[in-house]
Amino acid sequence: MSKDNHSKDQGSGLSRREFLKISGLSLSVPLLTGGRTLKISGENVTVYGPGKSPVALSVNGKTYKVELEPRVTLLDTLRQELDLTGAKRVCDGGTCGACTVIIDGKPVYSCSILAIDAQGKEITTVEAMMEGDRLHPIQQAFIDNDAQQCGFCTPGFVMAAQAFLREKPHPTPEEVKTGLGGNLCRCGTYMGIRAAIMQASKG
Amino acid sequence: MPDYRWPEREKRRLIGKRISRVDGPAKVSGKAKYTYDVKRPGMLYGKILRCPYAHAKILSIDASKAERMPGVKAVKVIQDPGTEIFWAGDEIVGVAAVDETTADDAIRSIEVQYEVLPHLVVDSDPSLAGDRLRPSAEEVKGNPERAFEESDVTAEGIYGTPVITHCCMESHGSISEWNEDKLLVHISTQAVSSISDAMAEALKIPAGNVRTKMDHMGGGFGSKFGPDRWGIETARISRLAGGKPVKIMLERDAELTVAGARPSAYARVKVSARKDGTILAWDSESWGTGGIGGGGRPPLPYVFDIPHQRIRHMSIINNIGSARAWRAPNHPQACLITMGALEDLANKLEMDPLDLVLKNIELTGRRSTVYEEEFLKAAELMGWKEKWHPRGDKTKGPVKRGLGLALHTWGGRGHGSNCDLTIHPDGTTDIKLGTQDLGTGTRTVITITAAETLGLPMSSINLMIGDSLFPVSGASGGSTTVGGVSSSTRRAALDALSQLFEKVAPALNAKPGDLEAVKGKIQVRKDPSRSLTWVEACKSLGGTPITVRGQNPGPGRLASSGVGGVQMADVSVDIETGVVKMNRMVAVQDCGLIINPKLAESQCYGGMIMGIGYALYEEKIMDPASGRMLNPNMEFYKLAGNGDIGELVVHMMNSDEHDGRGVIGLGEPPVISPGAAISNAVANAIGVRVPFLPLTPNRVLEALAS
Ligand code: FES
Ligand code: FES
Repeated sequence: MSKDNHSKDQGSGLSRREFLKISGLSLSVPLLTGGRTLKISGENVTVYGPGKSPVALSVNGKTYKVELEPRVTLLDTLRQELDLTGAKRVCDGGTCGACTVIIDGKPVYSCSILAIDAQGKEITTVEAMMEGDRLHPIQQAFIDNDAQQCGFCTPGFVMAAQAFLREKPHPTPEEVKTGLGGNLCRCGTYMGIRAAIMQASKG
Repeated sequence: MPDYRWPEREKRRLIGKRISRVDGPAKVSGKAKYTYDVKRPGMLYGKILRCPYAHAKILSIDASKAERMPGVKAVKVIQDPGTEIFWAGDEIVGVAAVDETTADDAIRSIEVQYEVLPHLVVDSDPSLAGDRLRPSAEEVKGNPERAFEESDVTAEGIYGTPVITHCCMESHGSISEWNEDKLLVHISTQAVSSISDAMAEALKIPAGNVRTKMDHMGGGFGSKFGPDRWGIETARISRLAGGKPVKIMLERDAELTVAGARPSAYARVKVSARKDGTILAWDSESWGTGGIGGGGRPPLPYVFDIPHQRIRHMSIINNIGSARAWRAPNHPQACLITMGALEDLANKLEMDPLDLVLKNIELTGRRSTVYEEEFLKAAELMGWKEKWHPRGDKTKGPVKRGLGLALHTWGGRGHGSNCDLTIHPDGTTDIKLGTQDLGTGTRTVITITAAETLGLPMSSINLMIGDSLFPVSGASGGSTTVGGVSSSTRRAALDALSQLFEKVAPALNAKPGDLEAVKGKIQVRKDPSRSLTWVEACKSLGGTPITVRGQNPGPGRLASSGVGGVQMADVSVDIETGVVKMNRMVAVQDCGLIINPKLAESQCYGGMIMGIGYALYEEKIMDPASGRMLNPNMEFYKLAGNGDIGELVVHMMNSDEHDGRGVIGLGEPPVISPGAAISNAVANAIGVRVPFLPLTPNRVLEALAS
């Protein structure tokens, strides 16, 4: 977590480690709902919990307000509170990529970030890929090349592919192999995924 | 009576074409709803407290704190004090709460006392098993003793593959809710039609009171046939919570610990031949575990019917939870053991293993000519003759390259399936089957079959699956689904069409038998200018739809069974680090009539990739001291990633001879050979056999050191 985040008064900017350090403190003050600002090492930080706090998230261009415990991940919030179930929980530990969403332009494992830490950022999920009824060229490429079987890993792959192609619009096949190494598929669709990325990179 | 056959090849419009799967758009957009995604009104989240010991007796359970916790709606003891527990991870107490965090807290507050009992989790060494060994009777064929004596060359070796898990991306789980005495279950399953019966039996309610639903599922691979104890408990806990929906999806660690294990298999093998490579005798002593229930038994020797053989097998009963079918039960293990032993024999004979298998191809039985053809094709695609070298790559440098091969077989006859097809007077067509789409493309196959038969575009078929209210169709296991549903759908569509022909024949001034359905029209075969559009034809139904039920098995010959395939692997091994790298793999596979080559190839790629996974990375590692799984996560239970698989080449056998056999399932076959082919390629590269999968750097280095 960068230092700049701490000084922002919007967004929590509080790492889990620091939260643990000060959680004793927060328990000794009367129970409040919502984040409150404390001075920690001379800086203003927002403290949440225990119990539920109001959290505001900007997802696919819309602002959502929910009540959450601070320990809830962004992934679970998207799925259970906002009913955006495209991102899946598979490993719940930053290994498989099934929960990939794009935050401020970067692919992120949404199982590995707390919802409170995602405040103030622009979150994009697979649900925003289609324009009305029109599939995004990457999605079309996944279909054309059968880059999916059960499809459970697919939304994560689509998001990872989008972020990858933004970084590298014209990748080599070798770059595709490593560039999508952060996502796993149990059904074994990698050949289709490679072909899909190559197709989409031409489009 | 319609002629229940597949249309002639030249006349097929959709069958055999590379058609994209019909649920592709739903899957790439996040719209496909899996059980994991289902949220019912007022739904509670369930969690399960699991036993930390591999073998124990429950002494007491105190869940009072959980019961008092705000937000906790039900606490249910699943196994009572006094019960003996046989594996770590077994279910003890379930709770349901308004959200996951509360349910987690409730689980943590429950106190259980155990009496810990001695356990065994090791399976690779039978000498540690004591009285936990269950030997099967010895089987002898011919006269192995004499045959070994008469042989010129005998190879001996040890081979094995550990317990691995299914690691479905969508973990196991379900949601149960009651409406009076009716139960609605959403569940991730390979068997929509039979889950209701299984739930009803466990809950002692009439089967008709249970409805099971599932739109999409995120992988099963043989592990999701039954409702499982946690699934049944969702219904019981829901009852306690006043009937509210209760959802339990397994956490990843539980998924890997209790929701699926492929039995291990190890064997000491002796196999012999004459100097010219004629294989004479086989002797194997194998062992392995499927946990407390014992394991399957690898069919040894695999595919090759060696004239003289002695086979012994021992099951090790240990405390690791029970086995489940894992894509081609027992075959990958048997293939590894047999093809490994034959490759070792070829090495001793100083023969190219391809020559050895071809020399003995008749031992593979009635499909030997297909295998021969497949091997020759694979050799061509791999460049086998140019690239193969005798064992031990003699080139300079630490990276050694090698080739290996294997062959496999599977049944794949279509399962029992019922398909209800309705043609409405407005021209729309509904199809209902109690089947499910695991990712194999069931929806697509049914739609193609119906549209082809009715002469309609695929978009005009309204297909409904994944509901126990629909006609019973078999479980998706053993590569039986595509054969089953395509056959029942074809029969239904042919029957419906013949009823429609009856109705419209007078209007076309023809006999029903002279009509055909082509390109959205019903026309006279010999005079296509006399025709009705599909919609006009359906209007003549006079307000009464046609509904028929197609069944499999049924009349005609639409499906059969028995396929084979061969695979070849090209690997590089760094003998300094022990790392195995896949360069290329070739699969040549037959599966009868291919409804959709695009999907068939995906099945093959998928099988090969899963095979690379268990060959190189996957192992359920048990801690002998604690009796617990050491890698119940995806960081250390490793699946192959995009960068790990090299280049894959698939060639489907598609001659008239194959096509004429009708549809045969394809899910299992391609996953059987990779372990053996890769193990053989590694031996070819480094000059020594690495006895056990997965071929981790450690094991490779150990083999090199010995
Ligand atoms: S669920 Fe987030 S990386 Fe696997
Ligand atoms: S398509 Fe099933 S996990 Fe990737």
